Amino acid sequence: MTLTSMGPANRIARSAETHPLTWRLREDGEPVWLAEYQAKNGYTAARKALVDMAQADIVQTVKDSGLKGRGGAGFPTGVKWGLMPNDESMNIRYLLCNADEMEPNTWKDRMLMEQQPHLLIEGMLISARALKAYRGYIFLRGEYVDAARNLNKAIDEAKAAGLLGKNILGSGFDFELFVHTGAGRYICGEETALINSLEGRRANPRSKPPFPAAVGVWGKPTCVNNVETLCNVPAIVGNGVDWYKSLARAGSEDHGTKLMGFSGKVKNPGLWELPFGIPARELFEDYAGGMRDGFKLKAWQPGGAGTGFLLPEHLDAPMFAGGIAKVGTRMGTGLALAVDDSINMVSLLRNMEEFFARESCGWCTPCRDGLPWSVKVLRALERGDGQAGDLETLEQLVTSLGPGRTFCAHAPGAVEPLGSALKYFRPEFEAGIAKQAAAVPA
Amino acid sequence: MSTLIQTDRFVLSDTERSAIEHEMHHYEDPRAASIEALKIVQKERGWVPDGAADAIGAILGIPASDVEGVATFYSQIFRQPVGRHIIRVCDSMTCFIGGHESILGSIKNQLGIAPGQTTADGRFTLLPVCCLGNCDKAPALMIDDDTFGNVDAGSVAQLLEAYA
Repeated sequence: MTLTSMGPANRIARSAETHPLTWRLREDGEPVWLAEYQAKNGYTAARKALVDMAQADIVQTVKDSGLKGRGGAGFPTGVKWGLMPNDESMNIRYLLCNADEMEPNTWKDRMLMEQQPHLLIEGMLISARALKAYRGYIFLRGEYVDAARNLNKAIDEAKAAGLLGKNILGSGFDFELFVHTGAGRYICGEETALINSLEGRRANPRSKPPFPAAVGVWGKPTCVNNVETLCNVPAIVGNGVDWYKSLARAGSEDHGTKLMGFSGKVKNPGLWELPFGIPARELFEDYAGGMRDGFKLKAWQPGGAGTGFLLPEHLDAPMFAGGIAKVGTRMGTGLALAVDDSINMVSLLRNMEEFFARESCGWCTPCRDGLPWSVKVLRALERGDGQAGDLETLEQLVTSLGPGRTFCAHAPGAVEPLGSALKYFRPEFEAGIAKQAAAVPA
Repeated sequence: MSTLIQTDRFVLSDTERSAIEHEMHHYEDPRAASIEALKIVQKERGWVPDGAADAIGAILGIPASDVEGVATFYSQIFRQPVGRHIIRVCDSMTCFIGGHESILGSIKNQLGIAPGQTTADGRFTLLPVCCLGNCDKAPALMIDDDTFGNVDAGSVAQLLEAYA
């Protein structure tokens, strides 16, 4: 069987045993609606979870599977689920799906929601049962209009088939699901900012603790999981932990498969479901086809704007959290970006920090004031107007906006690529200091 | 699109009012419908006029200042008039590498507007937008609800023609 991920260039063989997230996808890229989803074994895991399994066993299964969050941070999903209170009197609980996909170079959740909305609904249904949530919201960014339409249609189909609503599959479990569309702002993807936004407030992050599991949306216990994370749940429950743990390559500490991608000036930019632990070089060469003729790989980022830059020599690193950590950054979303030799790193970082500065919510001072400062310095360096001490200023910002220095992870994510660019491409920054100014490629 | 004449007194249409009241029921707390309420107003009028915050706040039972705070926070809520069509050019690093700045240059040449500006004839407003999730087809842009990939400086003019 072959698959188009987002375009006809990305055909790879796949099966139910090896590609739990994508094997049901259609060749023509059209959505898999309910009849086809059910014909392809859809909602059998939900039946098992709701009818045959005890609630605590679902949580234990997900814990044992080692599933980690797929939104970029990689927090163990079972542990997050385990933070929900045991107190039965706290019976109003929410499951939120973080579908606010805005991380630069990330287009995996979009594909899942547009082409396979029922997989997400089934994942949320099983997860809601495990978390004892009576209501769920899919927090979807407003620009994903096709995903909103397809999710709403799929929710209507599921309601009509008794897969959402009251007494689902005769189990006595009730669950209702809504799509909530956003109105812009990258910070809404931060889970406590997302909760504020869902409540109709400005999307400033909240102080933690208390964590959402204790005090979440409208003060009630709340679990926030990413789209791809929730889409892993049906196959884990349906096929079991042993099967799930057999999916990744030998040596990987992370389990299962991951939607991975490569973009930039590669021959075959795309998105593929691949086992954790495959070498980045395999992703780059065998799937993305290497660089387009006339371009050389200068640097790459493993998974989104908030991850650090790596060099071509780091392509042998295996794609799992620990494998990428060993070469000095984070795997992030696992959708990698190739930077080619026509790109000036100062200009690229100027573009990235303009984005991070614009998207700062403004709540804490280091982020609100530090990021525009970095933009000002980078613009000067790009023009060749940099001053002595500018690199030291940037390095100071990398430190003072780093992990633990700001209210949330926005600014640390913003300075991680900057720090790595300064480390690996320092001469390009030095060249921007006035009098030494070199021509900057467009 | 119906054009409402703006006066000092902002009045919600019956359609807007009932759409907002419908949204409120999806949430435990009416405040949660504030963003959707702003989008409902913007859908018909193109932007959120002065006075809308008072009207929305009155329905939801929250202060107008809270509604205004939300309206000014979110980048896709417009507190000033915009063109009939919104061009959103993705400015993520992937589209930067793909050449989005040359697309912005091409739009500037054709329409004379930079990001944040509206053409004098009120046809187009140009805005930046966070990664549109089309990175395998960079550079990408949206015109109203339509997303386009693999755009280049030369093809932008043709895309714009379809939006009168």
